[in-house]
Amino acid sequence: MTLNHDPALDAGSGRLPEETLRELRAIGARYPQARSALLPMLHLVQSVEGRVTSRGIEACADILGISAAEVSGVATFYTMYKRRPVGDYHVGVCTNTLCAVMGGDEIFERLKGHLDVGNDETTDDGKVTLEHLECNAACDYAPVMMVNWEFMDNMTPQSATQLVDDLRAGTEVRSTRGARICTWREAERVLAGFPDDRADEGPAAGPASLVGLGIARERGWKAPEGRTAAGTTSGTPGATAAAEQADTSRAESETKVEQSPTDTVGGKGDETSTGEGKKR
Amino acid sequence: MTDMLTPVLSDNWDTERPWTLESYEQTGGYAALDTALGMGQDAVIDLVKESGLRGRGGAGFPTGMKWGFIPQGDGKPHYLVVNADESEPGTCKDIPLMMASPHTLVEGVIISSYAIRANHAFIYVRGEVLHVVRRLQRAVQEAYLAGHLGQNIHGSGYDLELTVHAGAGAYICGEETALLDSLEGRRGQPRLRPPFPAVAGLYAAPTVINNVESIASVPCIVRNGAEWFGSMGTEKSKGMTLYSLSGHVKRPGQYEAPLGITLRQLLDLAGGVREGHELKFWTPGGSSTPILTAEHLDVPLDYEGVGAAGSMLGTKALQIFDETTCVVRAVLRWTEFYKHESCGKCTPCREGTWWLVQTLARLEQGKGSEQDLENLLDTCDNILGRSFCALGDGATSPITSSIQHFRDEYVRHLTEGGCPFDHAASTLFAPAGATA
Ligand SMILES: Cc1cc2nc3c(=O)[nH]c(=O)nc-3n(C[C@H](O)[C@H](O)[C@H](O)COP(=O)(O)O)c2cc1C
Ligand code: SF4
Ligand code: FES
Repeated sequence: MTLNHDPALDAGSGRLPEETLRELRAIGARYPQARSALLPMLHLVQSVEGRVTSRGIEACADILGISAAEVSGVATFYTMYKRRPVGDYHVGVCTNTLCAVMGGDEIFERLKGHLDVGNDETTDDGKVTLEHLECNAACDYAPVMMVNWEFMDNMTPQSATQLVDDLRAGTEVRSTRGARICTWREAERVLAGFPDDRADEGPAAGPASLVGLGIARERGWKAPEGRTAAGTTSGTPGATAAAEQADTSRAESETKVEQSPTDTVGGKGDETSTGEGKKR
Repeated sequence: MTDMLTPVLSDNWDTERPWTLESYEQTGGYAALDTALGMGQDAVIDLVKESGLRGRGGAGFPTGMKWGFIPQGDGKPHYLVVNADESEPGTCKDIPLMMASPHTLVEGVIISSYAIRANHAFIYVRGEVLHVVRRLQRAVQEAYLAGHLGQNIHGSGYDLELTVHAGAGAYICGEETALLDSLEGRRGQPRLRPPFPAVAGLYAAPTVINNVESIASVPCIVRNGAEWFGSMGTEKSKGMTLYSLSGHVKRPGQYEAPLGITLRQLLDLAGGVREGHELKFWTPGGSSTPILTAEHLDVPLDYEGVGAAGSMLGTKALQIFDETTCVVRAVLRWTEFYKHESCGKCTPCREGTWWLVQTLARLEQGKGSEQDLENLLDTCDNILGRSFCALGDGATSPITSSIQHFRDEYVRHLTEGGCPFDHAASTLFAPAGATA
């Protein structure tokens, strides 16, 4: 049995805390077959340990009655599981084609320099782990970044450096369409299926999600009348207010689009024209 | 004639806190569940068949027909699994839907599970979207408390458990059989078919796997009827759907329209390609669908129309690239993605995507020869139709289609000894006056 075991990484030895073991077992109870719990269990291990540790792997194996090698084989398959310690803030930059073309490559390069780290590395102060990401299903907000898997939409090299500076300084940061940013470990706990109380934070949708709806409202376009169950499509009491709200968000999105080029002209963004964006 | 845009799924996204149960019920939510429970299971399946709803996850398979494959009275547990893995590059519709109105999906899950006689359903959501996971968790919790989930739903005697399950980062887990392996706590690798999931899916029991948007479309069909749904869209591609515009357009975002709208019409609404630039190429449905060009602006964006144009409707992820974009760079990046995401199970895809990246990277740097283009096409030939799952096929789409439409541009990299484009000019924050 080989485990990819790097002893230097395993600061904590021995067993996981009793409370964690209890919670790991509780995850199994959500499924008709306990093995289904392995992915959320590994998320929980990361939230407690700051990464997937050997003792975390062994605990999962123990509870599920499978070998540690099997658990390890699963852990290495998925990119969200990390064997090296992750900082308080996992900062991702989408560099899949669309975001890359729209400026993701420039943002990623800028952050590597600014933080003095390479891909999948953590700053010396243990605060920020930088990683380039594949498409995060937010292409209408390109270029996209993620902090602890919260959306940071429509980024520029400047807003990106400001963002990581704020994170490192401990300033409160909010997702552009989500909650206040929590730590990476707290995020992993939610992904393990232990909700925090932030579901009500943030808007329903960012401006781009509402663009088509706003146009439809403005022009009076609707789906055909259906059977009218108490105010389904049209004539909802709040419709006017909602339309107004949509108008504002659209206006905001327009200014945003217009602002982003001017924002950068004459600023640091100019460096991108010197060919920085060409090498990769 | 229907209107150009027909918001149904997105209709409540601009209301006050639409993610809450209270708000969803105020706009008529969970009334369709009562209707469905009153109709009986088979009548719901028949209704969805009749509506012509086709899967919104990419392949366009008729949803009602898929449900009909589930053996009835077999004494085995049945499962519904919602595919919320949304990872196909360009695709960005399910995430905003679940963020703004998770109850639309939850209501769809309950109705669909009832129809296929499942007592446990799962939403497999990609892990990299924390706030969406939160909203789903909350919606499910609210639905339990309100008696929409759990034992004896609405006094009907029907029971359903719903589990939100966060993935851990792997594009291949969007492939339905890989998703099942992943949901069983294994590496996400595709399974051999047959047996199909409808016969032996999750835990070897009959299982329906549907995309988020497919399931979210069920409540409005139950509420308004098949005829209403069919009054939107085209003959074989019925209903409304979410089109996602991204890239070099003035107003990127979600546009909910009847199937069959054209890119020209959508671009019109979106304010056109960004100021001072023109359309160069676009994907109709994510990176796995062959790219199209300005020639195809009037292709009806339905399953048949895009198919006839030599591509696929896919996920309706319209990624728009203007003339500043280097097509070789774009294709190389997508190919790196497929190589990274190849699960390694079969040789044509595992080895083939590696070779594709090597060759493309050389070409992009202006180092190869024209023979490399033939090598690329050869390799694609060896992958397409010979790989174990559709990931391999998808990997070839950008390459073959870009060589078909932009062979000259590949050659220019060779004659100019490198990329002839200024990548900074493509960025959203491009310095004023930058050109290709
Ligand atoms: C590599 C790959 C990735 C896929 N990713 C997704 C996905 O993220 N979401 C999805 O709904 N379907 C995805 N699919 C399609 C699914 O296999 C399946 O066809 C779909 O979930 C069925 O649902 P539908 O009939 O409602 O469209 C993917 C397919 C492949 C080959
Ligand atoms: S085609 Fe690629 S992703 Fe699909 S089974 Fe083969 S190696 Fe895995
Ligand atoms: S390409 Fe970056 S979010 Fe889709």
